[in-house]
This record gives sequence, C-alpha cells and structure tokens, in this order.
Amino acid sequence: MSDTTGIADISDISDTSRIEGIAASLPTPNLDTDQIMPKQFLRGIDKTGLDQGLLYDLRHDADHRLRPDFVLNQPAYQGASIIVAGSNFGCGSSREHAVWGLQQFGIRAVIAPSFGEIFYSNAMNNRLLLVMLPETDVQRIIEDVSDPLASKVLIDVNSMTVRSRSVEAAFSLSARHRRMFLEGLDVIGATLSLQDEINAFQQQHWQRRPWLHDIAHATRARINASSPATPSGNR
Amino acid sequence: MKCAKVFAQLEARERTSAQGGGNMARTLYQKLVESHTVARLDEQNVLLYADLHIMNEYTSPQAFAGLHEAGRPVAVPGQHLSVVDHIIPTHPVSFRIIQDPSSALQASNLAKNCSEHGIVLFDTNDALQGIEHVIAPELGMIRPGMVVLCGDSHTTTYGAFGALGFGIGTSEVEHVLATQTLVYRLARDMRIRVDGVLPPGSSAKDLIMYIIGCIGAQGARGYVVEFQGSAIGALSMEARMTLCNMAVEAGARGALIAPDDAAIRYVMEHAPEIAAQYKDAALADWSTLQSDSGAAFDVEHVFDANEVAPYVTWGTSPDQAVPVTGKVPVPASAQDPVVRAASEQALRYTGLQSGTNMEGIAVQRVFIGSCTNARIEDLRIVAGIVKGRKVAPSVRAMVVPGSGAVRRQAEQEGIARILMDSGFEWRQPGCSMCLAMNDDFLLPGERCASTTNRNFEGRQGRGGITHLMSPAMAAAAAITGYITDVRKLGENHV
Repeated sequence: MSDTTGIADISDISDTSRIEGIAASLPTPNLDTDQIMPKQFLRGIDKTGLDQGLLYDLRHDADHRLRPDFVLNQPAYQGASIIVAGSNFGCGSSREHAVWGLQQFGIRAVIAPSFGEIFYSNAMNNRLLLVMLPETDVQRIIEDVSDPLASKVLIDVNSMTVRSRSVEAAFSLSARHRRMFLEGLDVIGATLSLQDEINAFQQQHWQRRPWLHDIAHATRARINASSPATPSGNR
Repeated sequence: MKCAKVFAQLEARERTSAQGGGNMARTLYQKLVESHTVARLDEQNVLLYADLHIMNEYTSPQAFAGLHEAGRPVAVPGQHLSVVDHIIPTHPVSFRIIQDPSSALQASNLAKNCSEHGIVLFDTNDALQGIEHVIAPELGMIRPGMVVLCGDSHTTTYGAFGALGFGIGTSEVEHVLATQTLVYRLARDMRIRVDGVLPPGSSAKDLIMYIIGCIGAQGARGYVVEFQGSAIGALSMEARMTLCNMAVEAGARGALIAPDDAAIRYVMEHAPEIAAQYKDAALADWSTLQSDSGAAFDVEHVFDANEVAPYVTWGTSPDQAVPVTGKVPVPASAQDPVVRAASEQALRYTGLQSGTNMEGIAVQRVFIGSCTNARIEDLRIVAGIVKGRKVAPSVRAMVVPGSGAVRRQAEQEGIARILMDSGFEWRQPGCSMCLAMNDDFLLPGERCASTTNRNFEGRQGRGGITHLMSPAMAAAAAITGYITDVRKLGENHV
C-alpha cells in the first residue's frame, strides 16, 4: 500500500471520488495524535514505516503482541479503509506522522463529528479525506459497522454523501479541500505563482516594521557580538 | 466537572462582515490576519505571511526533503529559527551526545539542512539551546504583532506577546520554507474574560486548567481565543506564556493577549536593538494591537479568577481536571454517554477509583519542565517550596530547565543548589519527559506529578500515568510523595 514516499498511492484507484470499503470504529472522543502515532515512531527523517506505529498501544499489548479484541486486529475488519471516530479525532500534537501512518495502513477516510484543527489541515494536505457529520449520524454509522455484515461504508465526494446500512447523510467540504482531494493540488506551486504579490507584500511589511526583517540572523548576530562562540552539536 | 456560577456563555451579536460597512471595529485577531494577508484566496482562506518560522529536528526533515526533491530554495532564510529540543537527552553532563542513532541522525540532518540554507540553528551543545517555545521569547525574537509558525502545537505560546502563533504540520513547514507564507483557513473569534484575583497558591497553570475543565478539550476548537480582563493583565509575561501555551489543549487555533506595558518592557529588554533603532515606530505600531471597543466576538466566556484553586488532572485528557480538594469523579454521573464512556476508559487507564480524594494519591515520579512550565519564574516557585525540605524517598524527581539560559540563571540565583540539596535531579534543557521522545520516560504503572501540558495515554511513557498540575503543586508532591494541596504543605514536611 505504500510507495517510496510512504504515502498511499491513490493513482491506482480507478475512481478517486468514491471511497467504498470496510469501516472500523474508534468511538473514543479526543483520540489524540500521540495515540495515533506514538513517540517511538517519530525518529525518522523520512515518512516510511509508519504503518507499523499506527495506534500502536491500542493494537498491541505490553509484550508487543497484537490484541485480538482490538477492532483493527479482528478478521472482519482486515483491510479497513475507513475509520469512524469520536469527536475531536486527531487532537493534540501537530505531528503529520499521524496522517502518514493512517494512509500507510490503508486508511483513506475518517468520519467523525469533529477533528483536531492541525490534524484537519494535515489530512487535507495529504488527501486523507475527513468527513464531518453530526454526532447522531456518526453514532448510527458506528452501530451499523459494528456488525461485520454491515461494515461497508461508501463515501462519494462528487455527491458529497456518506452511506452505511442505515444512514445516508450529506457532508460538506470547502471548494478548496474538495479540489485538493480530487485533483491533488500542488499547493506550494500555486502559491509560488503569487511570488510577485508575496515580494511586494514583504517589502511593504518590512518597510513599515523594519524590526521584523531578518529577525533570526539579526538575533544570532546580536548574540555572537555579546558572548563568545559556543560549541556546536554532535554530528 | 461543574463550573463556577460566574461562568457564562454569551453568543455575541451577529458579526458585521468586514465588507459589510457600518461596524468597522475589529478584533486583535482580525487585525493580525489583515496585517499579514498577502492575498485572499477564497472565502475561507488567505495567504498569510509568516514573520518567524521555528523548526525542530522531528517535524522538519520531511519538509526539507520535499523542498530538495522539488528543487526549491528556502525563500527567506533570515526569518527561520531551528533548535534541537524534542529528542535531546537531558543527562546532567557538560557535553551532550545523542546516543540513539535515529535521533542523532535527526539532529545531524537538521544541522545539515540549516547549514545548507543559511538558517540559524541552536544545536545540541549550543549554550543557548533549549525548548523552542522557551528560547524564542528569551532571545527577543517574539514581538507584538508578529505571525509565528512552528511544526509544534504549542506555538500558541506567543499570544502572550500579542503575536499570532500556531502549530502547523510538516507539509505546511515545507510550504513556509518555500514561500514564507501559509495557506491559512480563517478562525473564529472567542473572548475569554477573566477578572478578579488569583488566590494564593494558584497560578496561570491552574487558571488555564480551570478554563479547559470548564469549556472542554474542544471548547475552543475553531477559535482564536483572546484573553482579556484584570486577572490577565496582572499576570507576568512568563505566566501569560503558560496560559496561551495550553489554550491549544482546549482546541484553540491560537491565543492572544493584547500587548501592554509589561509585554513591551519584556520585548525591549530581550531585543535591545528595537529600542535602539526603532523605538517610536515600534511603540506606535504596537499601540494599535488591541481589539477595538465594540469589536464582535463569535463567542464569549467570562470567568472569575477568585474561583480558581490548585487543579489536578485525574484522567487522560487535559479537561479531566478537578481542584486538588476534589475527588475522582463518578463517570455514571455524566449525562452524555460518550463522556461517560471516555471517563470510564480514563479511570481504567489511570487506575483510580471514583470517589477517591485527589489529595493523597501516591506518585513515584515528579517532572518539572516543558514549554508550559520550565521558565525561571517556575523554578523560583519550586525552589521556594522545597528549600530546606527533602524529596520523599519514594519519589524520583527531575527538574529539566527550559533552556541553557534558564539553567545558568537558576544556578546563579542559587536555585539549582536548593533543588539538588532537596534531592531533585538537575538536568540539561529539552522537551524531555513532556512527550518522552528521548530517554526520559515513565515505566508502566508509574504515576507522575507533572508540570507539562498533556496527560494523554502513554504520552510520558507507555502505561505511565500523568497528573498535570502547577510547578508549586508538583513541588509539594515531590516532598510528600503524594498529590498534596500546596496551600497546606505542613511544617512537618521537611
């Protein structure tokens, strides 16, 4: 499921606008990114191997054995591509590793009543679809998919609807996020096309507030002028 | 938890849109966004200019890699700052060597990236190394009216200076490196007004824990919070940093306090070149940094500082907190079944029984540190409490100062000596056991009185249990060996 960049390859999926797959529920509210991707998996300088770390302490016992009772370890939910979660999913730390890990594990969408704010941006920047639905709808989907015979959920980004056995609900996504999900917008490239505007803004901003210009270099120079050079780090 | 009777929530009057004419009164947040908007991208998003971008060793490597892959330069190297803080060991040795090979690679990779792009780095053994959110203000790099970004959620700290700071992900780090801007989804405005006086024994940490307990872990989700009121104005700059730092634990996208004389004095002292070169212009600019009278907030909360007491968490979310005089709550009393289930799960993890007094719960570890509470004022408070007393034999207590500068100042003031004489470990600076990415962590079942910001399951070590509290409360717990009301720390505890 993961290529060299560690991000799930969406190009091999014929229709990017529809996600149809097994949904597993994680109904605990405030499931934070520390739990989604624990600290010991944050030591890399690339994005690889994060599927191993996903929800590690929930998936494994203290002896590193898979917990058979955890939903993602149950036979019926193998290959799950959707998570139905409690409110404020992804709160806490800004670590984007949480999003990369979900995708490397095969998760393509998360449905929840609300999401942590930084997690939300991170997910959109990686084309992990986040679907916000009212708490009652999420609750009913959780009830539906808790029956392994009704674990499939369909999310259609064209019609902006979610369907489970007993729920058909509409969701909204900003035009920008919809485009990012469907087309994989090069956000940096798009911003760089505004380079002239950025330059003009910057000149005027610094002219008005010269104390903000070159702030890091100026601070380093001040420090160097007032104290002897300090030893640097280990290489 | 039950909130104080003075707690109120008022839906503010319908907001007047900026284009709508009529009411031109703006909030501080709106002013900061407007003064940094390069372009309006659509109804919800602007291209926001970043005055300062701070990087650490673990959320930046993939951003640099992406930049290199695309062959893009760093747009404005002089507006970035890097520091090694999350993975750094804190053993009290004069020269630090990162033994873990992966972590050492993260540090050397950061140094390589910074060197290649001309970015200022405070490396492993730099005398001024420290936690990013401690060193940036103490080096005078945070000034009123700035936009400050960092791949770390506690970037909300800078609201203490009237600067808009917030955490970003690694894709966004790459975007800021390449463009010095961010595609920014606008937030809504929340005002939290706190009048009254914090009672003795209570601090900014207790105030923010009280607020989070009242409004919940997502009570400010989607909002930038502006703190106002006499109790906020009475806080020191370091206390304001503690307050704004933890606003993110209520889900806030930013926190702000309008800069006053105290803020300006701090900045002028820490960045003397401003006073020397730009004093009048800077003062004129900063004087505009407050919400206009009549500016509309989407939501407003009002609290009374007199209601604050020393707070302690009992669960695994920062909003699961009670006054130290309180008891572990009964989940069944929660109306909402989701809240009830979450409380039950939290109690299973923390191993506490409903109805147990918080005071008296034994701890094996005490951790004083983090970007929330590792500044010099925090350490002075701890020293004042533990002076002449001994850490309980059942407790391992650590103090991890926020920066090399804090550490040296504490040594000069005699604080380090007091702490060590009491039996505290006096460590080198870093993030340390706040998130346990280095070799400081709790063992399974160990219970910790911690001055940090998150009591999440496994945050300080798998199976470890975190009780968030103020530095004063953590100091008291170190002395007695159990959660203790610092206001009642007896003469017999020596």
